[in-house]
Amino acid sequence: MQSTSINYFKLFAIAEQFDLDVTTLESNFRKTQSANHPDRFVSAPASEKLVAMQLATLANEAYSVLKSPAKRAKYMLEQHGIDAIAETNTAMPTEFLMQQMEWRERIEDAKMARSITELDEIAGELKLETNLLVNELHELLDIKKDLTSATAVTRKLIFIDKVCADIDQVIEQLDD
Amino acid sequence: MALLQISEPGMSAAPHQHRLAVGIDLGTTNSLIATVRSGMSTVLQDDFGHALLPSVVRYMPNGDIVVGHEAQAHQSEDPINTITSVKRFMGRSLNDIANKAHIPYRFFEGTDSTTTRSLQLQTRAGLKTPVEISAEILKSLKARAEKSLGGELVGAVITVPAYFDDAQRQATKDAARLAGLNVLRLLNEPTAAAVAYGLDNAAEGTFVIYDLGGGTFDVSILRLSKGVFEVLATNGDAALGGDDFDHRIYCWVLDKVRENNANFSPLTEEDTRLLLTKARQAKEWLTDNFEAQIVCKLSNGTLVDVTLTASQLIEVTEHLVSKTLSPTRKAMRDAKLSIEDINGVVLVGGATRMPHIRHAVQEYFQQEPLTNLDPDKVVALGAAIQANILAGNKSDDDLLLLDVTPLSLGLETMGGLVEKVIHRNSTLPIARAQEFTTYKDGQTAMSVHVVQGERELVSDCRSLARFELRGIPPMAAGAARIRVTFTVDADGLLSVSAREQSTGIEAHIAVKPSYGLTEDEITSMLKASFNSAEEDKKARMLAEARVNAGAIISSVTAALAIDSKLISPAEVEAIELEINKLQQLTAANDATAINQAVDTLNHATEAFAAARMNASVSRALAGKSLENLDL
Repeated sequence: MQSTSINYFKLFAIAEQFDLDVTTLESNFRKTQSANHPDRFVSAPASEKLVAMQLATLANEAYSVLKSPAKRAKYMLEQHGIDAIAETNTAMPTEFLMQQMEWRERIEDAKMARSITELDEIAGELKLETNLLVNELHELLDIKKDLTSATAVTRKLIFIDKVCADIDQVIEQLDD
Repeated sequence: MALLQISEPGMSAAPHQHRLAVGIDLGTTNSLIATVRSGMSTVLQDDFGHALLPSVVRYMPNGDIVVGHEAQAHQSEDPINTITSVKRFMGRSLNDIANKAHIPYRFFEGTDSTTTRSLQLQTRAGLKTPVEISAEILKSLKARAEKSLGGELVGAVITVPAYFDDAQRQATKDAARLAGLNVLRLLNEPTAAAVAYGLDNAAEGTFVIYDLGGGTFDVSILRLSKGVFEVLATNGDAALGGDDFDHRIYCWVLDKVRENNANFSPLTEEDTRLLLTKARQAKEWLTDNFEAQIVCKLSNGTLVDVTLTASQLIEVTEHLVSKTLSPTRKAMRDAKLSIEDINGVVLVGGATRMPHIRHAVQEYFQQEPLTNLDPDKVVALGAAIQANILAGNKSDDDLLLLDVTPLSLGLETMGGLVEKVIHRNSTLPIARAQEFTTYKDGQTAMSVHVVQGERELVSDCRSLARFELRGIPPMAAGAARIRVTFTVDADGLLSVSAREQSTGIEAHIAVKPSYGLTEDEITSMLKASFNSAEEDKKARMLAEARVNAGAIISSVTAALAIDSKLISPAEVEAIELEINKLQQLTAANDATAINQAVDTLNHATEAFAAARMNASVSRALAGKSLENLDL
């Protein structure tokens, strides 16, 4: 669905900026689906159903991208021809890499100790870190329009998302 | 019968004709059928006023098949030929079934590749698959509905546990086909329950549906807002339910009996069924009482007389209760919600009547669960509402369900590892693509193995399908770019395609799990079950073709009346020409010609449909912009 020319922000009639109002996004997503979901076209001709299906698929994809700050930033950069996770973009500040390693070690230790509390603790810290980066991105993308710096921050956010997903997975394993 | 909808030649079908559609809760213990009548969802009763049909099928010595209460009454005396809880075997192989020793059936498994790997049960009527046995339950419900509604059904929405995998879903669809039902959709049970609950209470907010049935456990978290029911996350255990509580009590009783009888002989199948039945009765009794007496006489003369207290029940089933909380926590994490975000917890399924389940739910969510709807009926009622909409009937409830895929879908990669392409709890419909490459120099084919599940190893996931992409031009390892696209439509059907990017070579498969029945098997079973003459079939096909044509003519005509300005007069004329052709054909008796003309009309309206859709998007957007101004 990436090849489509419909802009995700336009699809939900929201301003094309990083700082978005989640409540408006959620409510406009539901309105879009209400109007175009294939279940609204059960007695329509097959061609109309097909278009509805494509639109509903697109809306789901767009919603999942815009909802997540990391994916949203990556998408906005893509609109400017920048691939935030391209291999040419691999450089990361040493400081950030060190911090990442520290998180991973703590996760590993918590896993060994079977401590969900500690994992929740780390997840909480990552959440704070995410908030800081999100504020930075708002600055860089919406106000300063500094795409180069925004790319670097977006990469950090994507990395943190991955660490969070790993934490969820470990918690799940421990919970079973 | 759908024939009612045929209109006079030259006139479009009456758009307000009510089409008979039903919702079916095909449960482990009990099954129900409901429909929307005069705008109200209602459970249909049998001649004796029973709403619940016990999901029990008995193969009689005289060749008859008995379903429901009558079959249930004889389960202890004829256990091998009286199948209960068949839902637990749907889409399963022998290896999947736990506690086989305590299930009084004779299991077989098709071994050679020409038959299915689904397990089978030996009865006096021969080997029966779970699909065939379930079809008997569905046939019984279908007959009840047709008698009570006085017509043939257009279609049915059948509910399945949200945590059912593709094999179990496919088996359910096969059973419906075998029963002669047109499946409008398989709907997840907790979603169906949410619909009934939400509409009944005009609920808005975030709700948890905790659904512990006879054999399956589901937990779903939904956001209800202005008629849109959005599933945020679902989780569960497809092999955990009230039956397992019975089984724990049964084991407890056996231990007690063995304490008093050192040389206790093995149980017969009749004894096992009898004790399981007694266990279930004791469990139900303990909902409102402090102790239950279990008294019965086994076939070897042993008298069983034990007393189970409510606290003993809690003790022996404690781990089962906590087994429901782990999926609950997972669903909460996936939805990224905390306890304070939950506006209500709805209990569904007969097993949620157990007081200690209610306590556990209340303790976890820190609020009293909602029990103002009948936990046995709520799923069927919700399914009927969705069936009514999908059948194309006008409804006062302007509702839309946005459901999710319960389990992750992925591909096998090197080393037997799974690469997830669509993650669990993704909203349907969904399409996701991922690029893969070759790992050997000059590799010209790639095998695509589609799997379902959360685990990292392919061997721990369920295999859904395999296909090969051939004709990849020889290249260095890692140079080929193969884009694999997974698509799951609103019905939850998965199709997978692979495309080599430089050559455009493609391979595609609509996934049909290997545990399901093959198309040939379904056809032969259908032939065996319908003895109707060829003429009947033709008449039926013609009737269906006409109904179909009528529906399309009326919808296109209606669309033209509103939106014909969106396309050129020439285009309008072309569409009208096809409508006329189709109208003439519906007066004749050739079903194939009608269907072809329907296809042609569909084709002719493609551009019109796209234009309408665009206009609809613009309208929706325009509406929203205005609202934004208001803010």
